[in-house]
Amino acid sequence: MGYVLNFTLIWRHFDKLWSGLILSLELAVLSIGIGCIIGLALAILYVSGGRILRSLIAAYVEVIRNVPLILLVYLVFYGIPTVFDFAYSNTTSFVVTLSAYAGAYLVEVFRAGLDAVPRGLIDAGKAIGLTPFQRLVHVRLPTMLRIALPALSNTFVSLFKDTSVASVIAVPELTYGAQWINFNTFRIMEVYLVVTGLYLVTGYAILIGLRALERRYAIGR
Amino acid sequence: MLDQIAYAIPFLLPGLLVTIEVSLITVAVSTVIGIVLGVGLVYGPAALRWPIRGFSDIIRGIPILVLLFFVYYGLPLTGLNLQSFAAAVLGLTIFKIAQVIEYVRGAIETVPRGQMDAAKAIGLPFHERFFYVIAPQAVRRFLPPWLNGVTDAVKGSALISLLGVGDLLFGIQKVVARTYDPLALYCFGALLYFVMNYALSIASRALERRFSYIRE
Amino acid sequence: MAASSSATTPLLRVRAVQKSFGSTHVLRGIDLEVARGEVVSIIGPSGGGKTTLLRCVNFLEPYDQGSIAIDGVEVGYRGDETRKRRSERDLARMRAETGMVFQLFNLFPHLTALQNITLGLTKVRGLGRAEAKDKAMHWLGRVGLTDKADRLPSELSGGQQQRVGIARAVAMEPKILLLDEITSALDPELIGEVLDVVLSLAAEGMTMLTVTHEIGFARDASQRIVFMAEGTISAEGPPAEIFSANQSNERLRSFLARFSAAHRL
Repeated sequence: MGYVLNFTLIWRHFDKLWSGLILSLELAVLSIGIGCIIGLALAILYVSGGRILRSLIAAYVEVIRNVPLILLVYLVFYGIPTVFDFAYSNTTSFVVTLSAYAGAYLVEVFRAGLDAVPRGLIDAGKAIGLTPFQRLVHVRLPTMLRIALPALSNTFVSLFKDTSVASVIAVPELTYGAQWINFNTFRIMEVYLVVTGLYLVTGYAILIGLRALERRYAIGR
Repeated sequence: MLDQIAYAIPFLLPGLLVTIEVSLITVAVSTVIGIVLGVGLVYGPAALRWPIRGFSDIIRGIPILVLLFFVYYGLPLTGLNLQSFAAAVLGLTIFKIAQVIEYVRGAIETVPRGQMDAAKAIGLPFHERFFYVIAPQAVRRFLPPWLNGVTDAVKGSALISLLGVGDLLFGIQKVVARTYDPLALYCFGALLYFVMNYALSIASRALERRFSYIRE
Repeated sequence: MAASSSATTPLLRVRAVQKSFGSTHVLRGIDLEVARGEVVSIIGPSGGGKTTLLRCVNFLEPYDQGSIAIDGVEVGYRGDETRKRRSERDLARMRAETGMVFQLFNLFPHLTALQNITLGLTKVRGLGRAEAKDKAMHWLGRVGLTDKADRLPSELSGGQQQRVGIARAVAMEPKILLLDEITSALDPELIGEVLDVVLSLAAEGMTMLTVTHEIGFARDASQRIVFMAEGTISAEGPPAEIFSANQSNERLRSFLARFSAAHRL
C-alpha cells in the first residue's frame, strides 16, 4: 500500500481529541451515576414489589435493551422536544438518553446480584433479629454489590464506549472530534489510529482500576 | 399519527429488509470465523494465540462506531475501495468476530480440565477430543451469550445508516425529513426494532432450553 | 403478649406442629418441650425433619399447623384466635430472642469477625458502638479468637468461622440457642474446637436445642435426646436410656447400629 502515515495535522488539532475524550469521560461518569441510581432503585423495587410493579420494570428493561441506542438518542433529542414544550442542549439530551439506557442494563446487573445473595446470609440476618429493611441495608446490598462487581465493571466500560454515539447529535466528544479532523484534514487513517489508541488506553485503564477494586472487594459465590 | 405511519411504511420496508440482511450476514460470517479463531485462541500455539488475543482485545476495546468509520473512511486510502454496504458489513463483522472469539473461549474454559485429560487417557486424537468431548459440553455455555449477540448485531446495524446504507433507521430518517414528525416515527421505529429483537430473544430462550440437557 | 415467665412453664413449647413442602409432609405433629437451662439434642436419619423443626422455632420456616411458643409467647403467629402471621417487625423482635448457628456458618462475607457480631448488637439491641465492641470482643475471647477480630470470614478456617458464628449468636444473649448441624461442614480435625465452645456454654446453663450427627457430643452434652424419623418424634429420653443396648424402639436401634457401623463408634 502506497499510503504514508503523517500525524502532523493530528497533533495540530489534538486539543479537539483531548477535550473530546474529557467530555466522553464526563458523559460516561454522569450517565453511569444516574443509571446506577435508577438501576439500584428499580432492582430493589423489583425484588420487593408486587406483580404490576415488576411488569412495569421488566417492560422498561426490555424496551430499552431491544432498541438501538442511536435510535433512542434521536428519539430523545429530536422527538421529545416536538411534543413537550421545552428544549435541551444536545449534551443534556444525550445524558438523559444514556442514563435511561444505563439504568435498564444496571437493573439487570443489580437484580441478578440480589438474586445471587445466598439464602443462608439472609437467614443469618433474620436469625439475629434484623428487620427486612435492616437486612436489605446491612446484608443484601453489601453482598450484592460485591457479587455484581465483575458484571458492573464490564457494563461501565461498555457504557463508556457507548458515549461515541453522542457524535450523531454533534456532541463534541471524542468520536465527534475524530470526525471533525477526518473531514477537515483528511488524515483519516491517522486520526482513527490515534482515536482508537485513546479509546483503548482509557477503556482499559478504567477496566484495570475496576478489576483492582474487584480483587479487593469481590467475594466468590 | 396513524396516517403518518401508513405513509412511512413503503419507505421503511426496504430498510427493514436491509437491516435483516446485514444482521444475517454479520452473524453467519462472524460465527464461522469467530469459532475458528476462538478455538485457535484456546488451543493454538503462541504464534497464533497472541495475534488473536490482540485482535480481540483491540476490537472489543473501541466503540463500534469508530470501527465503522475507520473501515468506511480509512480503507479506501489503502486502495481498497468498498461500497458503503460492503464497508458496513465488514465493520460489523469484524466487531462481531471479536465477540464470538470471547464467547468460544469462555465456553471452552468452563469445561472442566479433567474432561480433556479423560479424553486423552482413552487415546482420542485432538480433533476427536474436541468434537466428541469438549464441544458438546461447551455448546451450552456458548449459546446464551451468542444468542444475546444476535440481538446486539441487529441493534449495532442501526449505526450503518451513518455510512449512508439504506437500513431501517435510514428509512426512518428519510421519512422524518419529509414529514417533520420525529416523535411518531422514532417511536414506530423503536417498536419495529423491539418486535424484531424481542422475537429473537424469545426464540433464543426456547433454543437454550433445548440445550439445557447438558448439566453443569 | 402475655409472657408468663414462671419457672414451671417450659422455655420452648412445641405443640402439634405440622409442615409440608408441597406434597412432602415433613413434620407430622411434633410435640416437644425444652426447659430453662436444658440441652436437648435431636438426632435421626437425614430427611427426617430435624433441621426443618429447628428452623420453625425461629420462624425461618413458617409452619402450617400447631403452635410454637418461647417463654409463653407464640412465635410466628399471633397467639389470639386470628392466628395471623406476625408483622416482620414483630418477627425480627422474636428472632432476636433465639440465637441460631448454621451448618454453613453463614457469616456475612463483607464484615470482619468483630463486625459480624456487632451488627446485631448495634442494630437490633441498640447498643452504642463502644459497648457493642466490648461485648463482641468478650465473646470473641470466649471462643478463642481475640486475635482474629479484624479478619474477614474468607481469611478464617472453617472451625474459626463457626466459632465466630457461635459468638455472633450468643452475644445477643438469646433465651435459647439453636444449633443446626454446626459441625457437619467441618473437617474432622476442626470439630473438636467448635464442640468445646458449645460444651462450655452448656456448662454455664445456656438453653440449647441442637440438631447433630455427633452422637458422642449428643450423649455428653445433652440432658435429653430426641430421635426424629419421618417427621415424627419416635423416641425421647435421657442419653443413657436412648443409647442403652436394650433399646426397645426398633427404628432407633437400627439407626444407631448403622450409625456406629459407619462411624466405628
